[in-house]
Amino acid sequence: MRVSEQDAAASAPRVVSSFLEQRREQIAQRWADAPLFRSVFTVSRDEAVEACKAVVDALSEAAVSGRLEDIKAPGLDAVRDQLGRMSATLARTGSTPAQIADEVAGLRASAVELLREEFADPSAAQAQEAVLALTLLLGTLRLVVMETALDANAELIERQRQQLLEVATPVIKLWEGTVAVPLIGTLDSARSQVVMESLLEAIVDQRARYAILDITGVPTVDSLVAQHLMKTVAAARLMGAECIVSGIRPAIAQTIVQLGIDLGSVLTRASLSDALAYALGKQGIEVSRSDAGASAR
Amino acid sequence: MQPSGQASATSLPIGSDADLAWVRQQVRQCAAQLGFGLVQQTKLVTAASELARNTLVHGGGGRAEITPLDNGRSRGLRMCFIDNGPGIRDLELAMTDGYTTGGGLGLGLSGAKRLVHEFSVDTEPGRGTTVTAVAWVAQVPASRPGVE
Amino acid sequence: MNQPVPGQPAQIPVLALGDVLLVSLQGELHDGMAEQLQHDITSRIATHRVKGVVLDISGVDMVDSFLGRVLAEIASTASLLAARTVLAGMRPAVAITLVELGLTLPGLVTALDVDRAMELLSQRGS
Repeated sequence: MRVSEQDAAASAPRVVSSFLEQRREQIAQRWADAPLFRSVFTVSRDEAVEACKAVVDALSEAAVSGRLEDIKAPGLDAVRDQLGRMSATLARTGSTPAQIADEVAGLRASAVELLREEFADPSAAQAQEAVLALTLLLGTLRLVVMETALDANAELIERQRQQLLEVATPVIKLWEGTVAVPLIGTLDSARSQVVMESLLEAIVDQRARYAILDITGVPTVDSLVAQHLMKTVAAARLMGAECIVSGIRPAIAQTIVQLGIDLGSVLTRASLSDALAYALGKQGIEVSRSDAGASAR
Repeated sequence: MQPSGQASATSLPIGSDADLAWVRQQVRQCAAQLGFGLVQQTKLVTAASELARNTLVHGGGGRAEITPLDNGRSRGLRMCFIDNGPGIRDLELAMTDGYTTGGGLGLGLSGAKRLVHEFSVDTEPGRGTTVTAVAWVAQVPASRPGVE
Repeated sequence: MNQPVPGQPAQIPVLALGDVLLVSLQGELHDGMAEQLQHDITSRIATHRVKGVVLDISGVDMVDSFLGRVLAEIASTASLLAARTVLAGMRPAVAITLVELGLTLPGLVTALDVDRAMELLSQRGS
């Protein structure tokens, strides 16, 4: 009995391989309806079937080599590219690598079901070993997909990070001689360089006397962010413009005090409108309500 | 990491005021050719001016060597300022903001260091001083170099 | 010390506009030229009735700590002689570099350009 079990275990990969070869069409047809392929190949089901066949062929080749648990097994490389493209597509639609891996796991049930049908007695040792081998193989496929999905994600993150930096920091003209930059997100060194340059250019272009840095959208202010702000304020002053930092929320004000950050001589206001009021006031501009009828009489 | 730019190093004497101006012009021209942006060019020229003046005032003159660099990912500029003067006795002190022996503002070394990416001082009392400053053309900085 | 360089005046012209001195610094400045300028301005303030000095650096593409010190000293010397100094027209790249260098010139009054500088002087001076 032990001997035959060992035989069964040894021959299982080959059994799985020939099963994959013979049932290629059926497996592909079933997988093409699985969420993994359906959500990628939304236009053409035929394409999905073709993609499934390629995966089945790859698995078959990996099975022949006997390296069921090796993600570097021959054959798998052939589908790596395709899986990479698929998981990149899925990632773009918002799927996490874990979700993608789950969808790969979902392929197992239909394949195992087909495999069981191959055996007269599904409870025989040989059948059990074959199912186990197929399960292992699909587990490996799941790892490969996971790996490519993570790679695709890393690439996506890198690309987005670059895009974030490249996004032009909008410098808004609030009034004649007054410009403002609404800062949003974390201010790292690279970003604050971009902000500083665009603000100073805007001061020249708009001939601005007042520049407002609004930090309402900055999540936290640590000593590094404070330093960036102070540098920007100092550079604006050298060019002849006064800089006001606005949008300091109570929580941030507390943090600044608790961290012992010295904002030095930086002029601050609670809100952007307070800062604008200050800039207008300094330029002798008064804003008043035109009360109904007041002007008519 | 081949020192590919070695052959095209430019050596400039530093012996007078006019030489400082010449060094600044050469650095500006070289930086512009390498693709440095206006702000980075200005930083490089300013750093060169500070360091060349140190060479002139403290080192009693010497020379500047300007070398274009290319590490495959980015282009850069290396500037060496070499003198055979008295050397710096207390480097740590010399690197402190506001410390001066030459009647300036004491921002020469420490300030120049903030304007470039890599900065090193090789000095020995009585043997002279070599200050090396390197800057790379700023691209969107790669957080993990080597990862595609 | 200040040998003339072809195409460049060895001396920086100091222009008198009423009781205001206008100095336009241009291009590459030698240390000697800057020191000469400091001397020229001081003696002009001492001998003429000068209310203000405008240092226009819109044509300057680099200010290092030496030039920074000279500019600050011109301002403080002028102030001792009861004249106000306004530094006008610093370029963005120069401002960024100066701040990074650690030179914020806190004692200097600044203006975006010469017009604004003249405005400032007429406002506070009268």
